[in-house]
Amino acid sequence: MRVISSTNGLVAVAAGLFVALSSKSVLAEEGFVPTPERIKELVHMVRQDCGSCHGLTLKGGLGPALTPDALQDKPYEGLLATLYRGRPGTPMPPFMGILTEEESSWIVRQLMAGFPEDGGPLPVAAPGVRVR
Amino acid sequence: MIGYCQRKLLRIAGVASAALLLAACATTEAPVVRGTGDLGVIIERATGQVTVVESTGRTALAEVPGLGDLSHASLVYSRDARYAYVFGRDGGLTKVDILAGEIVGRVIQAGNAIGGAISQDGRFVVAQNYEPGGIRVFDAETLELLSEVPTVWGDHGQRAKVVGLRDLPGNRFIYSLFEAGEIWLTDLSDPTNPQTQRFPAGRQPYDALITPDGRYYIAGLFGEDGMSMLDLWQPELGVRTILPGYGRGEEPLPVFKMPHLRGWAIAGGKAYLPAIGRHEVLVVELGSWEEVGRIPVRSQPVFVMSRPDGREVWVNFAFPDNGWMQVIDTLENEVVHSFQPGRAVLHMEFTPKGEEIWISARDDDKVVMYDTRTRERIGELPVVSPSGIFFTHRAHRVGF
Repeated sequence: MRVISSTNGLVAVAAGLFVALSSKSVLAEEGFVPTPERIKELVHMVRQDCGSCHGLTLKGGLGPALTPDALQDKPYEGLLATLYRGRPGTPMPPFMGILTEEESSWIVRQLMAGFPEDGGPLPVAAPGVRVR
Repeated sequence: MIGYCQRKLLRIAGVASAALLLAACATTEAPVVRGTGDLGVIIERATGQVTVVESTGRTALAEVPGLGDLSHASLVYSRDARYAYVFGRDGGLTKVDILAGEIVGRVIQAGNAIGGAISQDGRFVVAQNYEPGGIRVFDAETLELLSEVPTVWGDHGQRAKVVGLRDLPGNRFIYSLFEAGEIWLTDLSDPTNPQTQRFPAGRQPYDALITPDGRYYIAGLFGEDGMSMLDLWQPELGVRTILPGYGRGEEPLPVFKMPHLRGWAIAGGKAYLPAIGRHEVLVVELGSWEEVGRIPVRSQPVFVMSRPDGREVWVNFAFPDNGWMQVIDTLENEVVHSFQPGRAVLHMEFTPKGEEIWISARDDDKVVMYDTRTRERIGELPVVSPSGIFFTHRAHRVGF
């Protein structure tokens, strides 16, 4: 989220307005965008590996649904914190170490807007190689 | 409907010569008489179809599409090992005739499901559901709904997700409630009139196993260090915590995929169990429930599966280490072999007597086979985004 003011209260108000005024697609395109190759990798990871708890269709499983409808009342900051730092007391693990915070932000924005379909794994990755 | 022969030839031949081969099929195809003991079904999770395979010649026999969302799927076999009941993520319950290679029944029985089980006498199948939480009982012949048990708990009428459903002798079923931290035992002697007993268990059970004799039910816990065990020969003793405090108070490591538990954990009188949040396999002696070992492994274990003779235990791992597998020697209780069978190993299955293991490499779009004695790769089969591999010998095992 962009910093608009130096006081916390104003930031919160401005951020709220920003979210309210932005269309979902604008939100998805704001901020950091990974390289096309990394996007392919991230989309595959979310659909397939996050999908083991949240479902390939992201309609939920042991973990909750991550469709735009399911996320519409959830603040972006909370979602980012959940993805990047995990959610203590639940099975949601922190993805820091797998993802950068910027990549996490990109994923959250795509989830809120409607996540892209999986184009498959990167063709070049060798067996057992970590994503990062 | 096109037959076995046509489908197979179509896949082999491609478009150009298919018409010719189809003509050949039409004139030569006769009913194939064969057993099902060497057959199996592989889930293709991204395409919503299953592939029927045979492990004698390591070939695919048929592809059966139209099973819905199989992003998480499991199946059980009818007692004659001809029909597979496939439980899909979207609540679909599909009955597949694996000899004919076709769907013979399908219902959408819930909004979000995780698996199922079949009764001792094979007359009904039971689905375990996340949404709405509970189990549902279906006639194995017709898939008609016979009864259900909503997993209502707490003071506000909420329903818990059901995990770890296993069949028991006496047409009984046992399962765990994730949010409620309870184990429920449902007697379906009369499948239209379920009788349920509730047992308090540990926090956040995520899956469970029943030992091959149907005696001990062990639920893995996400919410605490330990596992919940119920002795079904003496259920009046209640649930006991085994392996208490196995994490030794250390900060747990992130769990990027929940482990899966089943009766394959038992080898040589001991249970080999995945730790949660620790890169270890825990070894506990059945009966005494003493921890007799903990084996450091490469990452978070997912499937910890003993070879049918119990001499070795093969392990795969959670993302991002899911390209690796390891083999544990059960006399030494240590890892003796590490290898990389392919990208994104989701599941594996031993052939009935354990001479081979078949391994799903999702991101390589293939199932690979290894000789379990030489540990050499002996074959592979192209399968799109494979996950679960289920051989028909499950039909005759309690808890499968």
